[in-house]
Amino acid sequence: MPSFVLIIFASLFFPGIIIRTKSIASGRKGPEIFQPLKDIFRLLKKGAVYSKTSSIIFQIAPAIYFSSVLAAILVVPFGNHKGIISFEGDFLFFIYILALGKFFMIVSSLDTGSSFEGMGASREALYSMLAEPALFILIGCFAMMTGKISFADLFSSLHFGSYISYAIGVLGTYMLVMLAMVENSRMPVDDPKTHLELTMIHEVMILDNSGFDLGLILFTGNLKFAMYGALIANFFFGGFPIHIDILIFAATQIAFAIIIGLIESFMARFRMNHNPQFIFTLSSVALLIFIGILLMKNNLL
Amino acid sequence: MYSNFLLLTLVITLAGIIFIPLLPAGLKSRICFLFVFLNAVATSALAVDVLSGNSFDMIFPGNNFLGNISLRIDALSAWFILVINFTAVTGALYGIHYMKKYEEQKSNLSLHWISYILMHTSLLAICCVQNSLLFLIIWEVMTLSSFVLVIFEHTKRATLKAGINFLIQSHIGVLFLTIAFIWIASQTGSYDFSSIRNFTSEKSALTGIILFICFFFGFAFKAGFVPFHTWLPYAHPVAPSHISGVMSGIIIKMGIYGILRMLFFIHTDFTFVGYFILFISVISGIYGVMLAIVQHNLKKLLAYHSIENIGIIGIGIGLGCIGIGTNNFLLASLGFAGGLLHVLNHSLFKSLLFYCAGNVYLKAQTLNVEQLGGLIKRMPHTGILFLLSALAICGLPPFNGFVSEFLIYSGLFKGIAGAENISVLSFVFSVLGLALIGGLALLCFTKAFGIVFLGTPRNSLSIEAQEVSAGNLFPMYLVLALIISIGIFPEFFVRLLSAPIAMFTSRINSPMGIGVFDSTINTMTLIGICSAGFILLCSFIFLVRRQITREKEISFSSTWGCGYAGDAGRMQYTANSFIRSYRKLAKPVLSIHKKEKLIDEIFPKPVFYETHAEDKLEEKFIDTIIFLLKSFLNRFSFLQSGNAQHYVLYGVIFILLVIFFPLIADVINSLFSFLKNM
Repeated sequence: MPSFVLIIFASLFFPGIIIRTKSIASGRKGPEIFQPLKDIFRLLKKGAVYSKTSSIIFQIAPAIYFSSVLAAILVVPFGNHKGIISFEGDFLFFIYILALGKFFMIVSSLDTGSSFEGMGASREALYSMLAEPALFILIGCFAMMTGKISFADLFSSLHFGSYISYAIGVLGTYMLVMLAMVENSRMPVDDPKTHLELTMIHEVMILDNSGFDLGLILFTGNLKFAMYGALIANFFFGGFPIHIDILIFAATQIAFAIIIGLIESFMARFRMNHNPQFIFTLSSVALLIFIGILLMKNNLL
Repeated sequence: MYSNFLLLTLVITLAGIIFIPLLPAGLKSRICFLFVFLNAVATSALAVDVLSGNSFDMIFPGNNFLGNISLRIDALSAWFILVINFTAVTGALYGIHYMKKYEEQKSNLSLHWISYILMHTSLLAICCVQNSLLFLIIWEVMTLSSFVLVIFEHTKRATLKAGINFLIQSHIGVLFLTIAFIWIASQTGSYDFSSIRNFTSEKSALTGIILFICFFFGFAFKAGFVPFHTWLPYAHPVAPSHISGVMSGIIIKMGIYGILRMLFFIHTDFTFVGYFILFISVISGIYGVMLAIVQHNLKKLLAYHSIENIGIIGIGIGLGCIGIGTNNFLLASLGFAGGLLHVLNHSLFKSLLFYCAGNVYLKAQTLNVEQLGGLIKRMPHTGILFLLSALAICGLPPFNGFVSEFLIYSGLFKGIAGAENISVLSFVFSVLGLALIGGLALLCFTKAFGIVFLGTPRNSLSIEAQEVSAGNLFPMYLVLALIISIGIFPEFFVRLLSAPIAMFTSRINSPMGIGVFDSTINTMTLIGICSAGFILLCSFIFLVRRQITREKEISFSSTWGCGYAGDAGRMQYTANSFIRSYRKLAKPVLSIHKKEKLIDEIFPKPVFYETHAEDKLEEKFIDTIIFLLKSFLNRFSFLQSGNAQHYVLYGVIFILLVIFFPLIADVINSLFSFLKNM
């Protein structure tokens, strides 16, 4: 329960922190921290323009996308406090329900019959397909380390003891940050602010969305960020009382947002056809973690 | 009472075969459906009874040659009988309307429906018979009847070719089965299945493994494991859609049934067998879906997905075998539960997808994805059904595919979590494979659904497509209802499975037993609640959206095209371009043939660009071998002179050989004995 409330809360600040970081890094004054949220609220109140080509799928997809992320957040634990949904193998539900939302976004962009949006859809489908195995191996690794197969048990019994395990923790955090970038289509995989449809992924998929739907999609993006932030934060909880956990959570989310802001300020986007290689790297990092854990459990030698 | 049911089934089948040719064309399919339905009711009653705990065992006195014919319906057979019956009934029901346009081909139609009844009965019989000779005969009936079903449109060359391909490959499979059965029969002198158990428990584990691999190859041809899959992508697209659905839904599952049945009897090193199945299955799964993505014929795409799903089922079975081998109750029960549930699930969503493809073919007259588009506006029911079954086949909640994949995944993760040795590597790679399969399936079905049903039409279709009749839709909604109910009430179906699973897990002599499975069922209940909860959540969000946007100004305009508002249909993303980056990545595995004409002049002429992906394994393993075989056999073509006198001569030579061979053998024998006595 605490995770759900806190993630929703964090999602309100998240985009603002990113934007503030970017404007400070580029020497601008920049908008205030709640500007992105205000934009979303303005969108939610607007009317909509639908493409004549589109069908019912286009209208239901944003809502399903939003509820899929909401349902996924219900699974995320908070230290020793379980998520609202928790059972053995709940992370499978987490991953697959996110995939359901993505499925709908992809087909909804094909629904407009646009020459651009198909491109974004194609890329999003391919990249998320490549990112999925990495996430599975990562969780498999932690399952092997702890002997547990539910999110809550897995995180609550993760303790780091040796050097290898710290290395694994760092690699795991790196992977989750990168996965969040891939899943949210941010730099260095994608540049949401490029203003050229041919070079975007997620943003080009939602070119035709407007009004309430667009607001919902944007807010879902924030939720997704905060959700990955919460997963990362879970690495650092270790049996502290809840108020300290909350502090750690806040610190992680803010650090995560600042890191994203910095990456976007100082890194260029990859060439589109190099993206798959980059995402494959994630899978190999996951395998590295796997071998590390094998080493740690002395199974390999 | 039980034997009455079986007798009834036989009578119904015979009556069907006799009556259907006599009926007028319009009635044939309806009456066939009636017979199939009656058969299904009779056998389902038996199966339900068996699953609820009773057992059914019966021995017919055979003749000297066959030995006793034992018929047994155990929990495994019962599960498959139920799966077969549901798909066979919905298939026949869908077929009634699908075959309407062929009503003028009266005799062809009679043959078709007779074969349908025969196929259904033979499928049911395969699940009951426990005598290897009879099993092979019925297996043959199934193959031949499905061959006739496939070549319904036998005037088309491609259909006939695909049918013959199917027939030959099936018989190569039968060859393996025959070898294995004869081996056992020659050693034990009995055709009864129980002799397999006696035979293998006396011999070493290696014998068991060789025997099992022999069986596995035989059944793998039917099931479509890579590299025995090459008939599937030819046979499925050319068959009428209800037949494709039935073939993909239940006929290939007979291969799975055979493997499971033999596992039940063979005594061998199950750990090895498990890893073997796991390996082949992961390969099948990945390879199948990789090829599915690049297909542009909707039914061919679905056919490759069958290979993928057989792979998933195989992963479950492999996992189960490893569980038996390592005395791990949990692993075994999760593996077999996942595999068996996926058998049902796949038969549901795949047949539904084929029926949808059938609707598309009926109304749009083409299955080429690149020429379709925007069908959801004209065929809303078909579109939504396709969407939901696509979600199910991708293994997404809240549908049934998720439940079975969840069972397999959690088995694999349990294996990883509790692993003691290096075997964890194979589990991790299976997880990797399964995750990749899931991701690729998502790519494939976003393509299939997005291109066929969404956007605008890419070609002006010859007939203005419209929704099919309610009669076509009824069986489809029936299937959908089951798909959704498995997603929401998984615990009921997993509980049904506990009897078949117990057949396999009874081999495990481990202290922790049945209680382990209960926790799985509890998890299933939670998954059902989550699925239902998700549906409620979606509805709630819709409600909110509706309330907020009700008063808002809604307008319609053309799709944003960077300022261009020309011919939107031809500007759209095509299936080929949708998968372009994937195709480039997958190039080393696929063999892609390109046909293109690009702009090369100042005043360009019409250009085109086409790609066809072929099956590289098929080229390497099947085509090359056939080519070599053909060039070898062609050397003997002089024997086939076409001269009647020559053939008479061959006959005479043969008869002489038959007469004199024993004589010569006798002479040689006596010569040897003479030498020995010297």
